[in-house]
Parts: sequence; C-alpha cells; structure tokens
Amino acid sequence: MFWRMVRGTLFRQKTKMIMIAVTIALGASLATAMINVMFDVGDKVNRELKTYGANITVLPKEASLLSDLYDVEDGGEETGQYLKESELGNIKTIFWAYNIVDYAPYLNTNVTFNDKEAKLTGTWFDYTMDLPTGESVTTGINRMKTWWDVEGEWLKDSETDTAMVGSALAKKEAVNVGDTIRVSSQNGERDLTVKGIINAGDDSDECIYVPLETAQELSGRDGAVSSIDVSALTTPDNELSRRAAKNPDSLSVKDMETWYCTAYVSSIAYQIEEVMTDSVAKAVRQVAESEGAILDKTRLLMLLITILSLIGSALGISNLVTASVMERSKEIGLIKALGGQSGAVSWLVLTEILLTALVGGVAGYFAGLGFAQIIGHTVFGSAISVKPMVIPIVAVIVFVVTIAGSLPAIRYLLRLRPAEVLHGR
Amino acid sequence: MNLLEVKNVSKIYGNLKALDDVSFNVKKGEWVAIMGPSGSGKSTVMNIIGGMDTASEGTVILDGVDITKEKDKNLTNIRRDKIGLIFQQFHLINYLTAVENVMVAQYYHSMPDEKEALAALERVGLKERARHLPAQLSGGEQQRCCIARALINYPALILADEPTGNLDEANEKKVLEIFKQLHDEGATLIVVTHDIEVAEQAQRTIVLEHGRLAKIVENEAFGDSGANAPEEEGYAAKGGLGQYGKPKRR
Repeated sequence: MFWRMVRGTLFRQKTKMIMIAVTIALGASLATAMINVMFDVGDKVNRELKTYGANITVLPKEASLLSDLYDVEDGGEETGQYLKESELGNIKTIFWAYNIVDYAPYLNTNVTFNDKEAKLTGTWFDYTMDLPTGESVTTGINRMKTWWDVEGEWLKDSETDTAMVGSALAKKEAVNVGDTIRVSSQNGERDLTVKGIINAGDDSDECIYVPLETAQELSGRDGAVSSIDVSALTTPDNELSRRAAKNPDSLSVKDMETWYCTAYVSSIAYQIEEVMTDSVAKAVRQVAESEGAILDKTRLLMLLITILSLIGSALGISNLVTASVMERSKEIGLIKALGGQSGAVSWLVLTEILLTALVGGVAGYFAGLGFAQIIGHTVFGSAISVKPMVIPIVAVIVFVVTIAGSLPAIRYLLRLRPAEVLHGR
Repeated sequence: MNLLEVKNVSKIYGNLKALDDVSFNVKKGEWVAIMGPSGSGKSTVMNIIGGMDTASEGTVILDGVDITKEKDKNLTNIRRDKIGLIFQQFHLINYLTAVENVMVAQYYHSMPDEKEALAALERVGLKERARHLPAQLSGGEQQRCCIARALINYPALILADEPTGNLDEANEKKVLEIFKQLHDEGATLIVVTHDIEVAEQAQRTIVLEHGRLAKIVENEAFGDSGANAPEEEGYAAKGGLGQYGKPKRR
C-alpha cells in the first residue's frame, strides 16, 4: 500500500516531481563537476604552470655554493665543476619519475662572435634518449620555453651546425634567419646557420643557442653539463615540506617516509640529488609558492561555487516540496484523520522526495561528469579524470541537501491538523 | 450503555464561542443526528468527538476514554481504532482506485487486505467500480466508497459530516439506506446534517443554535432511546424540531 501511494504521488505530481528532480540534478551536477575538477585541479594547474618554466634547478655542488654566496649564475665555468651528461637519464628513474614533465641541460661557454665576446649555450631542443629502464623519453627546451617567440624554427639536436640567436644580439649584429655566423673559442671555430631568432624577454635574448654537442665541442668539455632545469608536477608545500627542505635529516623516520613519498618540490629535488653525482637540486621558490597559492585559491573558489549552488538547490527544493505538501494538505489531513501518525506521513512524503532525489542525483551525477569535461577542455585543454570517490560524496550531499530542503515542508506537515484542512477550520 | 458522553463542552476561537456548554450522550447502537443552521457549531462538535480538534472546556468520553485529556498521538490512535469518518467532500485520494482508497484505512489501522476491502465495497454496491479512480466515479459512488472506507476497520462510532450534502436525491436515498442497514446491524452513527430529511432517519436529533444545544428531539418512530436523561435537562426539551420540522420515520 505504501508503495502504491508513493507511486501514485510520483506519477500524479509528475510535473512537480520532475521540477524537484531537475533542481536536485542541477545541484548534484555542479557538485559532481566541481568536486571532480577540485580533485584534478592540482595536476591541471601544475601542468598549466609548468608552461611558465622550470621549478627545479640542478647545479654542481660547488657551483651552487658560489651561486648562493656571490649570486654567480654560471658557477660551472668558475669552479670547473660540471654535471655528467651521461647521468641525465637517471632523472627519469627517481621515485617521482612520472611527475618530471620535462627537463633540459645547459652548458654555457663564452665565444667570440664578430670580434666580440658572446655567451653561447648548448642545450637539448627536442632530444630523445634511452633510459636505463629500457624506456625512452623526449625532452628539451622547446617544451619548456613555450613562451619564447621564435622567428624561424627550433633547432634539431642532430643538426650541430645550426644555431638560434637571441633577438637583442641578432639586432645588434644584424643577424637574420638563414645567415651563417662564425663563432670561435679556444677549442676551435664553427660556422653555424641561424635557424631561428629568439625573443624571450630576458637574458636569453643576448645568447646564442646551439645543440649541446656543439657547445661541448666549443668549450672542450665533452659530456659535461653546467646546469639542468627541471619542470616537475608537485604538491603544494606545507609545514613538513618546508621543514624537510631546510634539513631532511631532521625528520623522524615516519615524517621522512611521508615526505619522500609525497611529490613536494623539495622531495623531488632531494631524489634528483640522489641520482646526479655531486649535484644540488633547488626549488625555484617563486614558482613553487605561486603554484601552491594559485591552487589553494582555485580550490577555495570551486568550493564556494559548490556550496552556493547547493544552498540554491536546497532553497529550490524547499519551495517545491513545501508547495507540493501544501497542495496535498487535504490528502495528508485525510491520512492523519484515518489514523496515520505524523511520523508515518512524514516518512511517506520523504520517501517520495528521496526517490525523486535519487533520480535527480543520478542524472545530475552524469550531467556533472559532462560539465567537468567541458570545464577541463575549456579551461585546461584536457579531460578531467573521473574519480569514483566522488560518487559517495555526491550521494551524501544530495541526501543532506534534500533533507535540509524538505525540512520546512515536514515542519508544515507535522503541524497540520486534519480538522483545518478537511473542514476548512 | 453510553458510547459517548459529551459534558459541558465549549470551544472558543479568540473572541468567538463556537460551542457553548454543550452536553449530550450517545448510546451504543444509537443513530443520532446533529442538526442546525450554518455556524451553529455542528462541524465543531464533530471534530471534537472525532478527535480532530480539542475542546476548550468540558470533557468528551468515548468508549470510556476521556479524549479531551489525550495528546495528539493518542488522538490519532483513537481515530484509527474507534472512529469511522465520512465527509461531505468525500476526501478520496484521487490517484488511488476505489479499493485502494479503502485499503489506505486498513494500512494505517493494521494491514491492507484487498479481499476485505472488496467485500466492503460490495456491501455499498460498488464492487464493479472497485478498480476505478475517484474521478471516474459519480458523487454518490464516491460517497459510498467513503462509507466503505469508514466501515472497513469496524469502528465503534461512525461520524458522518453532511454525508448527503453533495448528492442528488437518488444517491441520498442509497446512502441513507446503507446507514439504515448499519444501524440495524448495531452500528453507532452520528450524522451531522442540516437536511431535515436526513435528520428524520435518526433516533434522536440534537439541535444546535449559535453554538448552544437548543433541543434534543426524539424520533417517535423509534421511541425514547433514554440516552439523554438526566443530562439534557435544562438544555433541551423533547418535542418537535421547530423550524426544522418534525422528524418522522420514512
């Protein structure tokens, strides 16, 4: 009988129930979309921020010290200490290997160009290498310096007789794409074809960029690298990571384990140091901190949108359910007159609303997955991964919002006296 | 033996005294009509007797229980167990069929039994229309369905509020015929009406005026029920229905 009555109401008040379901679906869809995006936004924002450069710099130990003390940019040349090119593949073998998005080695040397001294930097542009694990990885600065405005084209690592020239230097020396420039050092002379002019808006505009092999030859430092820029997906810093960044040895075994197994920028840097001989890996603090701040603000914004949308849904449900109960006040009064206790009548109404909420919630969940993908593609240019744990969260939210929205109606129902509705008293 | 004792009951809404010191008794198996013009307090009496409203003053004892002292929850149980309600507006649930409407009363009383509900509908001549929705039934059929619902739990008291108020003459006759059968079978009936024809069917007619008990009229065709002595003294005088006419057995 109970279910006949529930079914009767659901079908009789079809329009009202559809409106309630749509209201719930709207709230549930927003909650689903926002929670899915919130869970995924860390990676998305990180990836987004990775386009603005590296967040870890690896230097030889002594060069790092010099850099700290005297703010010397190219410590390698001054100290004569370099990193090993042969160990570069190790970076992709650390515990957080999959969080290393890109990296590029640099070897800086001074050359003579048009009788003037110029800075020449050798690097990887789009370099594919085999890893010790048997896999291969392609990385380089054309993936990391995405904001560079290049006139002409990027270099190929195999074309060792080509170069890219910084826009300021190119302007000063009247160099154009397609020209051949002659650079010389103590170790020889090379004619290089200019394939591109770089407009980076920083010191790079004064440099000549060549494949790493060419720079090694001109500097006479075969297999040497003076620094590495690493772009990694990281977790925002917290108290533990800040403590660890100062001195990892001060951590307890448990804290050390937590820190090591979390993708903090400091723990990734620590792991890079472990695989690169005599290296110091440092977080580019500004980038790391911006990431954390942007991430926190983005999450807060989404949380606020979700809460506001749920409040809106609860108000909508409240209006609709109260209107529905008031419309049915004679029926409810009759049931009470026939001996139905307030609790039993409330349960009847709640069952109807919760069944409607179930339909609305399921529809809203799937609509929310769609919204999440729209947000993912529109804002981040990639899909949002669907997290199964969102299902129970949304279920609880729908339940709580529905119950909260139904409370005024239930209150009205409990106060309703049969005589008032059946005899107009 | 009195099934119902109404003692000095008043109902006050703000400054309005809807009922003023009303007293009367109803014996088990008796058929009583409560009559009076609009605003005389008929429905208020019915609501108080039916446990749907509370008296401001006085006591109402139904089947030995003082229902004026009971809380809402217990009043609901008393309605469920002891009272069968019949309304002028029928108040059938419009998305349930006739038989389902009868089963609703069973559901909130004990357990729905479709066979028994169909038997109740058969008793009021509605078996063939059992699977119809209220909208597919005529006014008379709806009222008979309402009667079947009131009877299904074998209540001690059947309270009918203007049961023929919305019916044509033919259907009024059918409903009154059912009441007669019920009365003959020993049911206790209180029928609130302003229709003299309906009131004439009862053993006694309690006449209300401006919330006060004007008089209690015995239907001579039934003889003195004796239910009101000595309480009605001072409130009513035996005799005709005055402006409402003299009741007579059809």
